[in-house]
This record gives sequence, structure tokens and C-alpha cells, in this order.
Amino acid sequence: MTTKTRRLEVNRRSGWRSWLGPFFTSDIGMKWMMALTGAGLLAYVLVHMIGNMKIYLGAEDLDHYAEALKTLLYPIVPETGVLWLFRFGLLAMFGVHIWSAAVLTLRNRAARGKIRYEAKRQYSAVNYANRTMRWGGVIILLFVIFHIGDLTTGTFNSEFVSGSVYNNVIYSFERWYVALFYVAAQIALAFHIYHGAWSVFQSLGLSNPRYNDWRRWFAVAFALAILIGNSSIPIAVQFGLFTVSG
Amino acid sequence: MNITLRVWRQAGPDVEGGFETYEAKDISPEASFFEMLDEVNEMLNDEGVEPIAFDSDCREGICGTCGVMVDGHPHGPQSATASCQLHMRKFSDGDTITIEPWRAVAFPVLRDLIVDRQPFDEIIQAGGFISANIGAAPDSNIILVPKPAAESSMDAASCIGCAACVAACPNSAANLFTGAKIAHLNLLPQGSPERYHRTVAMVETMESFFGSCTNFGECEMACPKSISIDVIAWMNRDYVAAQWKNFRKQGQQ
Repeated sequence: MTTKTRRLEVNRRSGWRSWLGPFFTSDIGMKWMMALTGAGLLAYVLVHMIGNMKIYLGAEDLDHYAEALKTLLYPIVPETGVLWLFRFGLLAMFGVHIWSAAVLTLRNRAARGKIRYEAKRQYSAVNYANRTMRWGGVIILLFVIFHIGDLTTGTFNSEFVSGSVYNNVIYSFERWYVALFYVAAQIALAFHIYHGAWSVFQSLGLSNPRYNDWRRWFAVAFALAILIGNSSIPIAVQFGLFTVSG
Repeated sequence: MNITLRVWRQAGPDVEGGFETYEAKDISPEASFFEMLDEVNEMLNDEGVEPIAFDSDCREGICGTCGVMVDGHPHGPQSATASCQLHMRKFSDGDTITIEPWRAVAFPVLRDLIVDRQPFDEIIQAGGFISANIGAAPDSNIILVPKPAAESSMDAASCIGCAACVAACPNSAANLFTGAKIAHLNLLPQGSPERYHRTVAMVETMESFFGSCTNFGECEMACPKSISIDVIAWMNRDYVAAQWKNFRKQGQQ
């Protein structure tokens, strides 16, 4: 029999002598990176959602909250210093998360090959959430880009005034298509979290039969909290719950 | 019962394959899936057609030799069952059944429904053993094994290496197989001395052939022994520990 080599042609080992090099270029190490950055992004999304809820306390409260973020730890560090630290940290986490996803997807494609099963695969564990992790992630990325342009730089918002967060949100969400896009993106995010917040324990090796059921509920609760909290704001603006202040 | 079969036929590893349709007539509902295939092969033999080649050995679901994709189900539509333990009563008269070999780049088809699962052997060769010489049979209680460890190890050891996990995985990953083998040995005191070397060697061999885990859990559902994906999580944790320990040991040289 002709023995063909079936080893995947991927350069997995970097030249680093430390344990981190071989570890983080392995598939399992990449999944660790994806899980660690995913956990960081989950924490960020939760804090962001809680911060968003300030809008229900009024214009003064929300604007003051935004001001506080800019002057965090000031005057110990320069103004907006901590904010920029967070921004770079988030950017790095996004980058590593997406990069590891892309590399692993390509490796998986190579391992699976071109031949598909003729009969329709009867999946029993695959669901909408885990099947759409990759494209759902792309939707979230596009949303994040729009969101920054909309409410941080004001590029996509003609009425934008830096610092008056409350009014900016209302001006933006009064456009029905923007409100719709925000809600749609939150649904995509909720599906991503539904698999991700469960999956993170598995990738980090923290799964245990004792609390595996609890993990599922944790992911459901997390996804629902983010979905309901965040999408309530564009819906409330569409229903005219808030009025422009000042 | 009468069944129509659509079977993947491929004369050799380097030959193009394709589906052929056969009629299986007067099959007893009590027949096992492979007894049905045996009857079809008898018929093909009488007609002068090359019989369908498929792997099977013990036919009692414990050896791991068999395994085919039946209508898109690894090992067929019955859960926790190897192909050989599947029975025709699971199907209805007049059904059309599509039978395919496992598909993965690491598992090229040798002939018809038989694939080459040598990468599994290479994973085992990399570390799926205990090299301590145990000498003559010792007293059974001389090495104490905690009850929970013994149970978890036995659960993992029930892996028969059939490769249904790889066939089921949308990424063609072998994490359930490798995780089970690592958990089986690493949990026991006899396997502990080689734990970290074993984990790295087996994972690296696995990754050179197979895809990676996206935590779907399809493998667990396909496994004829219902091995839990907890063994994958365990392998993920042990792999990090192993890389770290091995790094620290290098510092002692």
C-alpha cells in the first residue's frame, strides 16, 4: 500500500525556546487565547451594558458617567490615560480573538478536506448559536466599527456633539434603521455569547460534571442580560421615552 | 423487509469512487446492519460483482473496528451504538439507506467503506502507554487508586478507537479520542510519571493530523461509548500544565 503523508502542512512550532511559543501556536493554545480574550470581552460587554443603563437615570447622570471614564484616575495619570489604556487593551483582545479564530478555521478546513458526506449530516449537538459563531462574529465586528463611528467619533451622526452622550444616543437612535441595526447586532451578540460563555469553560479546561448544567444557565443568563439591557435603549428611543435635554 | 442501499464504492486508495445502488431483499428485521450487508455481499458474489468491503471484527460493539456513516449519522441513527450493534428494526420496509466511509483528510479511503486510521495508532505510539515495568502480577490492592479516579479513568478507557468522533466533527478533530486516551492514563497512579510528556506528545501528534475543537459536542453524541467532552476540557488543562512543567524541567538541565 502506498503510504501517503497526511500530516497537515502548517507551521505550528515557532522558534521560541520558551514554553509559551509552542503552547500558543498549538491548536489548544490558540483556543486558550480565544477563550481568555473572550472572557475579557465578556467582562467588558457586561460593564458596558451596566453603564448604558445610566441613560434611564437621566442626561446628567449619563454625561457625568462618560466624563468620569475620561478622567479615571486623574490627576495621578493624564486625562483620558486610563481610557486609552482600556481602548488599546480591547483592541488587542479583539485582534487576538479574531486572529486565533481565523487561523483555526483555516486549519480545520485543511483537516476536513474537500469531500463532503453525500447524505445530509444529521447533527444532534450543533445548533444555531454554535453554527453561526464565525459569521455572527463578522456581524459583531461590523457593528463595533459602526458603533464607534456613530457614538464615539460621531462620523455617522450629523447631530453629534462630543460630551453630550445622552443627546447623541437619542439623535442616533431616532433613525429607525439605526435602531433596527443595533437591535439586530445585539441579537447576533447574544447568540455569540450563548455559545461563547459556555464554551470558555471547556477551552480553559474548567468543565466539570458537577457544574456543567450551571454553565449552560450562566451562558443563557449572560446572553439574555446583554440582549435585553442593550436593545432596550434603541427600542425606548423609538417609542419616544427620552427627550433631548438642554 | 426490502431496503434500497446507496453505497460508496471505491476500488482503491488512488481511484475515483462513487455511489452504487443495490436492492437488499427479504431482510429480517432481527438482522444486524452488517448481517444485512453480508447478505447483500452474498448476492453480489452470486452476480459476479465485487462484494462491498467494510471493516468489522467482534460484531459486539467492543473492538472499534467497524464504523460507517449511515444516512448522515455516524454509526447509524441509534445513539451510543456501534454500527455492528445497529439492527434493521431501526429502519422501515422500503427505506433507502446511504452508507459512506468516515471522511477526513487524515483518513483516506482504502477501499469502499474501509478507511486508513493509522493516525490514531501514531497518537497512541506517541504516548498512549505506560513504560514502567510492572513485573509479575502484583497484589491487586498494592497500588491504591482513589475510587473517583478509577471510575473516571474507566469511563475514558471505554474508548474503542472507532474514529466516529472524527467522522462526526465538522472540523475533523480527534480531541475526544486523544482526550479519552490521555484521561485514561493520566488519572491513574501508574500513568502519573509520564503524564506531562505523554500529554504534549499525544496532543502534538494529534494536531499534526486533525482539526481543532469548536466545542460543538457532536463527537460526544456520535460516540458509541458516550464518552463525555469533559475529557477534552481535561486535556486542554493538562496540556497547559504539561507545557509549563516541561519548560521548568528544561531549566534543570
